[in-house]
Amino acid sequence: MSADKMMNVTINGMPVQVEDGATILQAAKKLGIKIPTLCYMELDCFNFEHRKGSCRICVVEVEGRRNLAPACCTPVMDKMVIHTHSPRAVNGRRTVLDLILSDHPKDCLTCNKSGNCELQTLAADFKLTTVKYEGEQSVYPLDLANESIVRDLNKCIMCRRCESACNEMQTVGILSGVRRGFEAVVAPTLEKPLNETNCVFCGQCVAACPVGALTAVIRNQDVLDALNNPKKTVVVQTAPAVRVAIGEGFGMEPGTVSTGKMVTALRRLGFDAVFDTDFAADLTIMEETTEFLGRVKAGENLPILTSCCPGWVKFFEHQFPDLVHIPSTAKSPQQMFGAIAKTYYAEKIGVDPKDLVVVSIMPCLAKKYEAARPEFTRDGVRDVDIVLSTRELVIMLHEAGIQLDLLEEGQYDNPLGESTGAAVIFGASGGVLEAALRTAADWLTGQDLQSVDFTAVRGLEGTKEATVEVAGLQVKAAVVSGLGNARRLLERIRSGEAEYHVIEIMACPGGCLNGGGQPYIHGDTTILEARMKAIYDADKGLPKRKSHQNPDIIKLYEEFLGEPGSHLAHELLHTHYVARGDA
Amino acid sequence: MSCAACDSKCVNVIEKFPDKTAALTAYMASLPIGPDRNLNRGLLIQSLHKAQGIFGYLPEEVQRFVAEKLGLHLSEVYGVISFYSFFTTKPLGKYQISVCTGTACFVRGAGKVLDEFKRYLTVEEGETTEDGKFSLGALRCVGACSLAPVVMVNGRVYGNVTAKKVAEILSECN
Repeated sequence: MSADKMMNVTINGMPVQVEDGATILQAAKKLGIKIPTLCYMELDCFNFEHRKGSCRICVVEVEGRRNLAPACCTPVMDKMVIHTHSPRAVNGRRTVLDLILSDHPKDCLTCNKSGNCELQTLAADFKLTTVKYEGEQSVYPLDLANESIVRDLNKCIMCRRCESACNEMQTVGILSGVRRGFEAVVAPTLEKPLNETNCVFCGQCVAACPVGALTAVIRNQDVLDALNNPKKTVVVQTAPAVRVAIGEGFGMEPGTVSTGKMVTALRRLGFDAVFDTDFAADLTIMEETTEFLGRVKAGENLPILTSCCPGWVKFFEHQFPDLVHIPSTAKSPQQMFGAIAKTYYAEKIGVDPKDLVVVSIMPCLAKKYEAARPEFTRDGVRDVDIVLSTRELVIMLHEAGIQLDLLEEGQYDNPLGESTGAAVIFGASGGVLEAALRTAADWLTGQDLQSVDFTAVRGLEGTKEATVEVAGLQVKAAVVSGLGNARRLLERIRSGEAEYHVIEIMACPGGCLNGGGQPYIHGDTTILEARMKAIYDADKGLPKRKSHQNPDIIKLYEEFLGEPGSHLAHELLHTHYVARGDA
Repeated sequence: MSCAACDSKCVNVIEKFPDKTAALTAYMASLPIGPDRNLNRGLLIQSLHKAQGIFGYLPEEVQRFVAEKLGLHLSEVYGVISFYSFFTTKPLGKYQISVCTGTACFVRGAGKVLDEFKRYLTVEEGETTEDGKFSLGALRCVGACSLAPVVMVNGRVYGNVTAKKVAEILSECN
């Protein structure tokens, strides 16, 4: 079949021309006709499509065809005549929905996904007034054994979007349909709990799940308890990508930068100090760039891989145990923040680290897992105590009646609140590399260079490559987001097919702005584009755009750490990896 | 193998039976396995069939072995095994008894026959006796409906079986 051949079809009496191979759903979309979908998932900007046709909610009537056709996976044919809301099509859809609901717990009021559930939305759109069939109910135990993800398969509708996210997009490959008939369900490898598998807790399955079968662990109560414990000093850090997404939870336009409002909101919640993970991102650049330039100068152990992303870290520990020596040993910004807060800051304010609670607001579910890794605990005290996702903070604020959109702009506290534009761009794929290049260029030339924009490494594409001239040095760089793309690149590195000096890798496609803990996008990737634009706008709006010019970072090294790569810096800011292999 | 968590009884059949492993390796080497896992997926069922023929069952290490050879995720291999009732992840008995519960056999009393086997062997459907001698299963139609109800023992077909004949069939298994 040639792709250039055009098909003429009629939908609801309206003619439309589409390419050969296009589906009925795509043809209808072209006419502005909405056909309800549930199992179907499309992420435009990543060229990702999941069309298994398993739920049948998108059935339409095709003239001359005996049965109803699932619009999401039926290719159009020339002269096809389609009716998307004929009585037969609409009745078919109602029956499908009735049958899905027959084995679905109808406990929406207490469901984690309530308000974000696509099945709930469908039931509301169809205005169901009765539950037609009370069928046999599946009974599965909850998987609550890990820090990040809750699996409640009683709510699974077998759309298998999570499988596609895990296996095709991320190539982590731990989810699969098991058994058959009524007993069929999606399960992790050998039906083990997630924490005994290769799961990296990226949360892309949670983002993909249309219902409440896959959700995040919620730790709001722990934060409330800490805030109300008079013995504890509670500080909070906010990751770069949170500020460009949290507004969505309050009806603000996607891509609104809500940094100041978020700071005010956190202060009103009762945190003793509101700090910024961006401060630690600047710190990460100091350490990582030092390590990078050291390795480039020595010409050894290249490429260096970034290590900010805990999902990516766990992925290479499982999948590339032979390469655990090449990622940077620098801890992630979250963990650097925790380590500095519990030493430098605790000492400054005269608080025992045991009585200092560090809370993180992250766009990520893997950060919950990362904070619990044993190497990030010293003397029985965790560096980061509680991690909340962006979504959880939205819930906390709603519960407290704090209307983020109406708040005045606040300022971060000192000394761990000051940051540069180089830090905020950590939230987009390519940002960490660009931030490192800004500092590397200045350090190598000994100048304060004016051109700070390395635009070649920006954008939502999964794999970006660039040779960047940095002070006469030709730096071969790659930026990868999405673990499937990371796997393909790492395989080329392993085989010697590809050679780079430095590679930035983020587990989630597009980087942290599309993290597994961000407000749900329900397939609308224009939201991601808006978030990305917001991140680079925030960078441009900041007076300082290079990490090494952050005055509080300079002070931190002068007062406490010495210089980047010092003994103390290594002790507090660097880590090691575990060759886990296949679990 | 990551068998540290396992409590003692676990035997890694891939390591324990080099001859069997060699036979499976040789078989899989004869398959047109390529770099495209989507094409290799088409070789999965026959590989599992062969592996079960060689080892008698498909424990985790055999699943892992097949998954690695085909470049597939272990989860996927397990998913296929769990789908087909033919595949088993537990060792079967020396004598594998299959009671046909297809329509013809069922209406002619296969249920009673199955119950009698359960009573005699004190196992449920899908289980193996403690001495490892018998495993009991049900299947749907072997294509010998005129002999209904039918029981198969290691490939041998017994026709017109009644509950009374169960003891006799078992006594032939020595």
